[in-house]
Amino acid sequence: MLTKRIIPCLDVKNNMVVKGKKFKNIKILADPVELAKKYRDSGADELVFYDISATHEGRDIFLDTVRNIAKNIDIPFTVGGGIRTINDFTNALFAGADKISVNSAAVNNPELINEASNKFGNQCVVLSLDVKTVGNQWKIYVNGGRKNTGLDAIQWAIEGVQRGAGELVINAIDEDGVQSGYAIDLMKAIAGVVSVPIIASGGAGKLEHFKDILTGDYVDGALAASVFHYNMIEIPKLKAYLAQNNINIRRV
Amino acid sequence: MIVIIDYGVGNILNVKNGFERIGLKPILTDDPVLILQADLAILPGVGAFNAAMHQLKSRGLDEVIIQRANSGKPIVGICLGMQLLFETSYENEETKGLGLLKGIIVPFKTRLKVPHMGWNKLFHQKNDLINQKLPSDPFVYFVHSYYLKNFDETDLVSYTEYDVKVPAIVRKHNIVGMQFHPEKSGEIGQQLLKNLKELI
Repeated sequence: MLTKRIIPCLDVKNNMVVKGKKFKNIKILADPVELAKKYRDSGADELVFYDISATHEGRDIFLDTVRNIAKNIDIPFTVGGGIRTINDFTNALFAGADKISVNSAAVNNPELINEASNKFGNQCVVLSLDVKTVGNQWKIYVNGGRKNTGLDAIQWAIEGVQRGAGELVINAIDEDGVQSGYAIDLMKAIAGVVSVPIIASGGAGKLEHFKDILTGDYVDGALAASVFHYNMIEIPKLKAYLAQNNINIRRV
Repeated sequence: MIVIIDYGVGNILNVKNGFERIGLKPILTDDPVLILQADLAILPGVGAFNAAMHQLKSRGLDEVIIQRANSGKPIVGICLGMQLLFETSYENEETKGLGLLKGIIVPFKTRLKVPHMGWNKLFHQKNDLINQKLPSDPFVYFVHSYYLKNFDETDLVSYTEYDVKVPAIVRKHNIVGMQFHPEKSGEIGQQLLKNLKELI
């Protein structure tokens, strides 16, 4: 049986990992390859790198970072942030990324999902959804959580998978950086309508949060940043705890 | 000399990176002479079966690989590269493969999620050069939506479980296939790549 995946997420700018809370207060932290190696050695199952530079020059530097990661890291990793065109997809894949995550660009141009999955296979197309609760509905946000697209999150998840997304990363904006637990209801609701793997993101603060979201068969992996970057949770301890709680994980 | 057969499908750089991490220097090539001469040839692959077969044929590499396999020199297919070694795939449309091994490639029919993506455990059907020196409970990284069926049981080395028994390592003499990604499977993957070197 597949193991549940623990996925540290690294925001990268100018070849440095940075981490902000609620998309603000950015602090510089570490060298991406060194941090990635540390996570790989401690038992991370996968890594995600987001390009947060948002400039042309930044993009080229980021692709160099990706090449460097691919040379040094022997676990799978996803690249996201600033993927706008099929060309961006191609560049990131050929730099060594295993999967590419799209977010705003897919909202603006859903055909990008079809194009990318037809060209490279759906296994490498990850649709990332920034979701916020508005009234009693879940809505898709873009531009770093600032703009409400009006899209219903459940409908968009269904459409994304129909178009060829092979995995969904569901980022609950309300929970992001708050460390009060993953958005379990949201994850369950989306898992109930699609058949591809689902990665929960936003809200990890303590060990129990990982247990709560990874118990059962609706979520396949849990993504987190701060708790790992600031050593609040160590992956070997987290995995030992999950194993004790009968969650199927990979021990290294 | 180790060659990685470069036939224009997706990212095969990671397979090269994987061999380089264990201190080997593989060459990426589509040159038939090098592919026939090499001590070990790797057939990688990601994407769709029919597209990959088309790319191989358009370069005349299908015949080259068959010739190499018949000569007794080791050929190793990884992920889609493994699937190409078999008779027929039913991905998208019925497509003939290289036909070096007996079996067909069919879609998962399961209530579980597809693609079968993530770390899953290897169970050993038999002891082989390829699955030596692994710890108990070896986990490797899989990403695929189609799997091998109707194969010759004697070719099965290791498998995993995903609702059904999924062949993970197959071997018939000099012809080897791995359904998962050894180059993305951490320490275990490194040992498996080292084991492949022992085929030489």
